[in-house]
Amino acid sequence: MSASADTNAGKPAIEVWHLRKTYGQTVAVDDLSLSVTAGEIFGILGPNGAGKTTTVECMIGLRTPDSGSVQVTGLDPVRDREEVRLVAGVQLQASVLQARLRVGEILDLYRSFYSKPADVEELVAALGLAEKRKDYYKSLSGGQKQRLSIALALIGRPKIAVLDEMTTGLDPQARRDTWELIEGVRDRGVTIVLVTHYMDEAERLCDRVALIDRGRVVAINTPGGLADQFGGGKRVRFVPSTSFDDGLLTSLPEVRSVEHQGQHVVVTGSGELINAVILALDRAGVIARDARTESATLEDAFVMLTGRHLHNDGAVQRK
Amino acid sequence: MSGHWSLLPASTPRSAFGKIALNETRLAWRQPIGLVFGVGMPLLLLVIFGSLPAFHKHQNALGGLTYFNVYIPVLLALVIAMLALLSLPTPLASYREQGILRRLSTTPAPPAWVLAAQLVINLCLAAMAMLILVALGIAGFGEDAAKSPGGLVLAIAASVAALFSIGLWIAAIARTAAAAGGLGSVMLFPMLFFAGLWVPRADMPKVLLDISNYTPLGAAVQAAQAALQSGFPPTAPLLILLAYAGLFATLAVRFFRWE
Repeated sequence: MSASADTNAGKPAIEVWHLRKTYGQTVAVDDLSLSVTAGEIFGILGPNGAGKTTTVECMIGLRTPDSGSVQVTGLDPVRDREEVRLVAGVQLQASVLQARLRVGEILDLYRSFYSKPADVEELVAALGLAEKRKDYYKSLSGGQKQRLSIALALIGRPKIAVLDEMTTGLDPQARRDTWELIEGVRDRGVTIVLVTHYMDEAERLCDRVALIDRGRVVAINTPGGLADQFGGGKRVRFVPSTSFDDGLLTSLPEVRSVEHQGQHVVVTGSGELINAVILALDRAGVIARDARTESATLEDAFVMLTGRHLHNDGAVQRK
Repeated sequence: MSGHWSLLPASTPRSAFGKIALNETRLAWRQPIGLVFGVGMPLLLLVIFGSLPAFHKHQNALGGLTYFNVYIPVLLALVIAMLALLSLPTPLASYREQGILRRLSTTPAPPAWVLAAQLVINLCLAAMAMLILVALGIAGFGEDAAKSPGGLVLAIAASVAALFSIGLWIAAIARTAAAAGGLGSVMLFPMLFFAGLWVPRADMPKVLLDISNYTPLGAAVQAAQAALQSGFPPTAPLLILLAYAGLFATLAVRFFRWE
């Protein structure tokens, strides 16, 4: 939202080095390092209990790291907590507000905390809360509460917005609307850190994703890059018109493996896999019938990297 | 949570405190624990007691005072106790329980401003209720003005300091709103007993009176009654009240958590 943020694009907005945080015997975050570039939507993805929330809580100064360090636009969230509170807008997981305050009263309150707040009219319109300003907080639906929480994270015109489980509890339409809003906020120069355990959200929204498991970063890349790198790449499945020598395909640089499943052949690889396969078959006089491509997903990458599935609890529908 | 932050951050507009206080006032109106129990109930009791002819008879057992005379300081103590032990700690504990203070601590507004707003609101309610109580006693039911107005103000100030410190201590140690309400009530009823709400202090056996002198509300009533009926209050109850204030304020500061 602030125009000056644009000039910072490309520089790190947040840097985390060797972060460690324990609660008693439990190690929540263990030697975690990552860097968020200014102007990007950075996803922190992982199963419940992976240490995602603890990591962002250290970023915004809600928790003090046991060791390691965190810098937010060059500031220490513990030492420079006042400045960090101006720079970073926060949406906390499962946070609640006073039941008997009206939406408009809450927005007016949070607006008063900043000397240059956002335009409330614009914000409530973008979040579909314009009709709700006179309603008590307690009368809002889960999704409306969540959207109000996002509005409060953005009301101070932050350079960085930290959104923890932003779309949990939203219906599919509200999730897509929220994604569009977040993209619009990013386009105005705000860096966004998005904590999520929804694969489709990360794939759709994030410029880069850190996969986190058991308190450590397992991999950082673009969603597509992670899928290609660790998810087994692309697959082409077809029924050949006649039998052929596997060497025909395994000799191609794009192809990693060829597998026969009944009358189907499944070829895995990367790059322009389908073109390479069909061209090579055509040259040998083989027609690939019912050819279909399947792309690896972030979820494939996650399973490959951690040996476990993410718990997709909730109304996630894959497209 | 690391506790190193300024109570007056330079970049946070000071008008934010006004907004916090405004919203807390709205909540005090919409969920009127303090208004009902701290203002309404003592005033209702004043009107009831003032309307009973028996309460206006001079009693030898009370050293020539009437029951109505004796109940004025008890009702003042009731105002302070209800606001300090129920109205003040319950919202604070509930805000901590629900994460409202934690949410606030991610903004430029210090969560301590909510505590300050709650203190201001409950102090205003207390001042309002006690002013009405004293004024109505004089104008409506023929009470004499306080023998020592300055002494009365001092007695009330010391009582408010003691009871509000205890209320903040409850807010500090209660993990939930329900626990704060429970602890407040558990402390309230013995205190009100020793204040003389059910048996006036003058009618108490010596043992109970001796105990009463050392309880916060017993000392409060002793000091206020002296200021109303005889003159400047004795030192003992004032010192006892200040000791409670110091002890519980220290404990409250020591144990208060924002999350």
